[in-house]
Amino acid sequence: MKKSFMQFVMGTAILGLAMTASAAGISSNVVKIGVLTDMSGVYSAIGGKGSVTAAKMAIDDFGGKVLGKPIQLISADHQNKADIASTKAREWADTEHVDMITGLLNSGCALAVQKIGTEKKMISMATGAGSTTLTNEHCSPYGIHYVYDTYALPKVAGSAIVDTGGKTWYFLTADYAFGHSLEKNTKAFVKAHGGKTLGQVRHPLATADFSSYLLQAQASGAKVIGLANAGGDFINAVKQAREFGIVQGGQTIAGMLVFLSDVKSLGLDVAQGMNFATSFYWDRDAASREWSKRYFAKTNAMPTMDQAGVYSAVTTYLKAIKKAGTDDPDTVMKTMRGMKINDFFSINGYLRADGSMVHDMFLVEVKKPSESKSPWDLLKVIKQVPGNEAFMPLSEGSCALVK
Amino acid sequence: MHLSYQMVLAQLMLGLNNGAFYAILSLGLAVIFGLLNIINFAHGALYMLGAFVALIGYTKLGPLLGMPDFHMNYWAALIISPLVVGLLGVLIEKTMLKRLSKVDHLYGLLLTFGLALILQGVFTNYFNVSGTSYNGKPEILRGVVDLKFRMFPTYRLWSIGLSLSVCFVTWFVIERTKLGSYLRAGTENPALVQAFGINVPLMITLTYGFGVGLAAFAGVVAAPIYSVSPIMGTEMIITVFAVVVIGGMGSIMGSIWTGLSLGMLEGLTKVIYPPAANTVIFFMMILVLLIKPAGLFGKEQ
Repeated sequence: MKKSFMQFVMGTAILGLAMTASAAGISSNVVKIGVLTDMSGVYSAIGGKGSVTAAKMAIDDFGGKVLGKPIQLISADHQNKADIASTKAREWADTEHVDMITGLLNSGCALAVQKIGTEKKMISMATGAGSTTLTNEHCSPYGIHYVYDTYALPKVAGSAIVDTGGKTWYFLTADYAFGHSLEKNTKAFVKAHGGKTLGQVRHPLATADFSSYLLQAQASGAKVIGLANAGGDFINAVKQAREFGIVQGGQTIAGMLVFLSDVKSLGLDVAQGMNFATSFYWDRDAASREWSKRYFAKTNAMPTMDQAGVYSAVTTYLKAIKKAGTDDPDTVMKTMRGMKINDFFSINGYLRADGSMVHDMFLVEVKKPSESKSPWDLLKVIKQVPGNEAFMPLSEGSCALVK
Repeated sequence: MHLSYQMVLAQLMLGLNNGAFYAILSLGLAVIFGLLNIINFAHGALYMLGAFVALIGYTKLGPLLGMPDFHMNYWAALIISPLVVGLLGVLIEKTMLKRLSKVDHLYGLLLTFGLALILQGVFTNYFNVSGTSYNGKPEILRGVVDLKFRMFPTYRLWSIGLSLSVCFVTWFVIERTKLGSYLRAGTENPALVQAFGINVPLMITLTYGFGVGLAAFAGVVAAPIYSVSPIMGTEMIITVFAVVVIGGMGSIMGSIWTGLSLGMLEGLTKVIYPPAANTVIFFMMILVLLIKPAGLFGKEQ
C-alpha cells in the first residue's frame, strides 16, 4: 500500500515535470484565437464582422502558422451582456483551449472576460472597451487594454477644446459605468485647463430622442456640449442638436468617443468641424492606407479604430509567440512587455505592467463636405499626441501589479 | 432645477412629438388586436421597415434602376412605404397568421416575434446598426418656426400635426363609418356578419395590412428625426406595448390618448428627473394595472 502510494507521488511528480517541459513550444499543437464581439447589437458597426475579418487577415498575413503550428480563429457574439461574455470565455478556455481572446466591445464584457482570463491563464486583448478600470482596480497579469481608454480620449480632445476657447461645458452622459467614467475624466481635464463645468444630464442608454436633454444643455449657455456617450446615442444627439439650431447658435458639440462609422453615419453635412480623439484613422499615413484599402476590399467599409486594433493585437500576439518560442501565457506576456509595438495601427506602442498598451493618439477634425474627395475621406489629423502624454501615468493608477 | 414656463411648454411639445409616434404605433396594435386577437410583436420591425423603405427609395432605388439621379422623395415615401409594408402585411396574414386564427393567442405572438427577429437580423446584416441619416427631408420642412415661447423645428411641428390627423382619421373610420361598424361587428360575431354577406376573412386580412401600414407610416415620419437603424423598432416597441396595456388592449381612442399623454409625461420626466425617463412609463403601467387591470380605456371581459 505504502509503496504504491509512493509510486503514485513519484508518478505525479514526473508527469508534472513532463508538463512543465512541454510548456516550451505550442500547447495542444495549435494556437487558437477567439474574437468575442458584438455581432448584431448597437456596437456591431464598430466591431462585429469587421473585427473577425481583421483577425483573419492578421492570421493570413502571418502565414497561417506560428512555430510550425497552425493558427485557428473562432468567433462569437457577446451581445453586450457580461454574463454571456463570461460563459463564452469560460467555454473557450475549458473546452476549446483558446489561447487569446480579443475584441470585447463593451467594458462590462471586457471586465468579465479579463477576470476569467486571470483565473484560466488566458490572455485577453480588449480593443473595443473603454473603461480605465481594466488597467486599474481590475488589472490582470493576462489582461491587455489595446486601443483606447476613457482617460486618453478626453485628455487629448477635452484639453485641446478648452485650450482653443471652449471654457464652459455641459455634459450629456450615458447613464452607466462607461459614461460616468468618461464624464468624470473629462471634467477633470476641463478643470485642469482652466475651464468650468456648468452642469450635466444623465440619459438612459439607447435613447432615440435627445431633444429634451439638448434644450437643457442649450439653456445652460455652456460653450461646449460634451457628449459622454457612444454609437447610436452619440449620432442621435448630434443630429438633433443640429435640428434645434444649437450649433448654429454658437455652441460646440464635442463627442468624447467617436468612431469612424459614426461620422460616416452622420454624414459630413452634419458632423463637419467636430474635433475628437482617436487611436487610428485609415488615411493617416502610407502604412495605414495600404492596410485599410486591403480591408476595404474585403468588407466594403473603411476600418474603425477597433477593427484596425484587432488586426494589430492579433499580429502582436503572434509575433510575441514567435519570439518567445512558446505560447505559454506567462512567457508571451513577458515577451510582449519587452517589445516595441510599431505597425500601421500603433505608433511608438509598448505594453505597460498594468496592461495598458500605450501608443500615440490623434486629435482629428471632421472635414467640410467641400474638402472631402471620396466617400471615406472624412477626417483630417490635426495633432499627434505622444502616448505618454495621452495615457494615464502609472503613478496615478491603482493597479496592484505595479510596484 | 429652475423650470420656467417656456421650458415646460417646450418639453410638452417634444413630448407630444414622441407621444404622437406612440399613438400611431399603439393605434395599429390596438386595431390588430381588436379585430384579429393577435398581439403583433412584429410591429416594431415593420415600423423599422417603413423607415427603411423611405431610406432605400431615397438613396438606393435610383442607382438600382440605372438612374443615379432618381430619388423617391419624402412625399412619395409617405404613401408608398405604408403601401409596400401593408402589402407585406397582407402576405403575412394570408400565408401565416390565418393558419393560427383557431389556436391560442400565444402562437400568433411567437410567430410575429420570430418575424421581427428575422427582419431585424436581415437589415443588421446590410445596414449600419448605429443608424443611417435620412436626407430626404423636403426643403419646405427644414428650418425653424418661432412659437413665441421658443424656436421649434418645422419638421417636428409637421410630424405632430400629421400624426394627429392620421390618428383622428383612423378613429373616425372605425368608430363613425359604416365600414368601421362592419369591422367592429366582425370581431364580435364573425359568423353572423358573414351571414349578412360580408367577406369577413378579407376584412381581417385588410385590417392587418392597414395596421402594419400605420406602423410603416410612423417609420417614414420618424426617419428624418431619428437615425434609420435596424434596431429602431426594438427600442420603440417595448414602450408602445406599455402604452397599449395602459390604454387597454383593443381600445382605439384609449391608445391615442394614452400615447399622447405618456409622451408628454416622459418629456417632463426628462427635465425633472432624467434618470427615470425610460422607466416612468412602466411605472405608470404598474400603477394602472393595480387599479384598473383592464387598462384606462379597456372593458373588463
